[in-house]
Amino acid sequence: MLGRTANGLFWMFRYLERAENTARLLDAGLRMALTRDLASSEEEWRSVIQTAGLRKSYEAKHGSYTGALVWNFILRDKDNPTSVMQMFDNVRTNARLSRNVISSELWEAINESWMQIKDMLARPVSQSSVGHVVAAVRRGGTLVHGAMAGSMLRSEGYHFARAGTFLERGESTARILDIKYFLLLPSFSYVGSSHDTGQWDTVLRSVSGDRGYRFLNAGQIDARGIVEFLLLDMRFPRSLAYCHSHLRDNLRELAKIHGADGQCNVLMRDADQRLSNLTVDEVFDMGLHRFLIDFMNSNAAIASAIAEDYRFTA
Amino acid sequence: MTEAPAKFDEMHRPDGAIRSAYGDYDLWYEQQAQDLLRRKHFEAESNFRRTGITFNVYGEDEAEERLIPFDMVPRIIGAGEWRKLTRGIEQRVRALNAFMYDLYHRQEIIRAGRVPERLFRNNEAWLPNMVGFTPPGGVYTHIVGIDLVRTGPDEWFVLEDNARTPSGVSYMLENRETMMAMFPELFTRVGVEPVSDYPRRLAKSLAACAPKATVGKPVVAVLTPGIYNSAYFEHAFLADQMGAELVEGTDLRVIDGRVGMRTTAGFQPVDVIYRRVDDDYLDPLTFNPKSVLGIPGIMDVYRAGGVTIANAPGTGVCDDKAIYSFMPEIVEFYTGEKPLLPNVQTWRCSEPDSLAYVLDNLAEVVVKEVHGSGGYGMLIGPTASRKEIAAFRAKLEANPTNYIAQPTLALSTCPIFTRKGLVPRHVDLRPFVLVSPDAIDITPGGLTRVAMKKGSLVVNSSQGGGTKDTWVLKD
Repeated sequence: MLGRTANGLFWMFRYLERAENTARLLDAGLRMALTRDLASSEEEWRSVIQTAGLRKSYEAKHGSYTGALVWNFILRDKDNPTSVMQMFDNVRTNARLSRNVISSELWEAINESWMQIKDMLARPVSQSSVGHVVAAVRRGGTLVHGAMAGSMLRSEGYHFARAGTFLERGESTARILDIKYFLLLPSFSYVGSSHDTGQWDTVLRSVSGDRGYRFLNAGQIDARGIVEFLLLDMRFPRSLAYCHSHLRDNLRELAKIHGADGQCNVLMRDADQRLSNLTVDEVFDMGLHRFLIDFMNSNAAIASAIAEDYRFTA
Repeated sequence: MTEAPAKFDEMHRPDGAIRSAYGDYDLWYEQQAQDLLRRKHFEAESNFRRTGITFNVYGEDEAEERLIPFDMVPRIIGAGEWRKLTRGIEQRVRALNAFMYDLYHRQEIIRAGRVPERLFRNNEAWLPNMVGFTPPGGVYTHIVGIDLVRTGPDEWFVLEDNARTPSGVSYMLENRETMMAMFPELFTRVGVEPVSDYPRRLAKSLAACAPKATVGKPVVAVLTPGIYNSAYFEHAFLADQMGAELVEGTDLRVIDGRVGMRTTAGFQPVDVIYRRVDDDYLDPLTFNPKSVLGIPGIMDVYRAGGVTIANAPGTGVCDDKAIYSFMPEIVEFYTGEKPLLPNVQTWRCSEPDSLAYVLDNLAEVVVKEVHGSGGYGMLIGPTASRKEIAAFRAKLEANPTNYIAQPTLALSTCPIFTRKGLVPRHVDLRPFVLVSPDAIDITPGGLTRVAMKKGSLVVNSSQGGGTKDTWVLKD
């Protein structure tokens, strides 16, 4: 496979993951804002923008935080280079670049989702339709992943695509936790208060982990348990440990196909050592922020090693 | 005179009876409910959108990708008719290839005084560094599109030869897929020659032209200018269908006398490059030092037998409309036979008598640039305004050698489906021809382009033309 095509597949799925994660984040914000009074709802929307890493570009454009301003900025604003629309444009552009190595089912899933979302985002999104847009984005992601699972050859292209998915997903969970945890620190001692529970619920919702967490923990909501769930629980498909382990498998398959380990496999082994047998107490001892920053840096280094090892660019 | 009289309707005879090729189709059509057909019409469009069969339009921001209008009434050609056409096409393509060989070798045709030397000396597509070199298998024009127009029951003419990088074959294939998906029952009632194995035949034909440096099974790649090219969809489609790599200039590099493509496992040699870029963008060392799209040194590898480039560099000479005007002589010179498919009468404005005639009759004729394509830069006298004619006259007088003129043909019509039922529209036909050392292979049918506007003679997709599925009936 061409290096450029591998690059296209890798980024196609990173952008898809970004679009989906942004939609999850927005979904959590929407729900939170509905259960708040006006003053704290502004706070919620500020927090959504901050978690999405958009504070600077948002504040350059808007002086206040309202739901409609925020979701339109996140979904479709041309001044937001990571808007959901832009992400879907990027997904499709990369799919066109890789058109001859993806199945036609996968291509059609991407193209159809793109058409639908483009249509929905052609005009400002109102309160009554924002939920539909978020649902459409998530459905688009589900459709694309499903089409890939059911129709794509398990050759190297598949593993580049999956590597992109897990890299981006782990990164996203780590970033959300890092930002939210920092915001939640003052309330950390009030574990169990309703405010606190609501905030943590939002964190879980932002990564679609609320139901999974409740199922596994029977109503027990505490910060430690949630951090453990998001970092280390192998049963949760957006946890750092899960993403890491799948990324490792995909990179291992790539090395097998190519008959040799690359720099990315070496870095992966280093990361393995840091993560294996880790307990949540050790993480807290080290400092959660520090741990998450290390994880994200290691992820970034692995991503550039993949690009280097497999000749993504000339 | 806005339209030439006595247009030939391919489906209906003047008395309203149905011509035999359309007999079975007409029986079926008459049984269809109109509102159902209208629904199918939308279905077809959404199918094209979903599968992304679009072409890019330069310089348009919002509607960056457009659909070519598809009409669901097939253009039907009888088996006997098609046999006659293929003989003419094969003869012409054979002559084109022989002409290319001769032009870049001994130039017998010029020595014999059958075509003037200035014809290609002034031709930008002429490549001095192809002189004395024979491409692998002696094939210059691996893929040719011959544009045909019809004016009567037995009157077919060649309007243009496309030997550089003919496009449109993906529409031929997708139009058929769409028709089969929408009207499966129609294909059980009418025997239609299949077109779907074109990509396989293309891959085979290209592989048969592999260079001598090839080791093992030839590796074929499609070279595209990239996703912003108007025909990118087709490039990706053909690569996909052939199981070939889809490469851009930046993926290729000359290494150890071969052309290598940058794969995830390092550079791997490519044997045959089906290029969909112009000569100018092949090799910046040879053609265009400013180009960032080419592969430096590829022409040296080519000349040393390290790679096959299809079509061969320098074949664009055949697309020149001044050369076209000599095709009857060219066919006769190389095949020893009279051309089976005639040219459209052509006045070369480089010749004083012809120029005088054309200037006197601008309102009646079609004037084209010799290097033009896509329906741009031409004058259609009968539909042009006085102002347009005056402006064109000035251009023509300033540089007559740049133009040829042809009579305005009464192009045949074929029905298209509209809300008011079937209405006639002008059509042309581009069959696709594959040339390998062993064979000239013509896929039955081709791309029918149709002017969607009433009375219009311009079928180019860049100017609002549409396409139809083209059926060649089985015997």
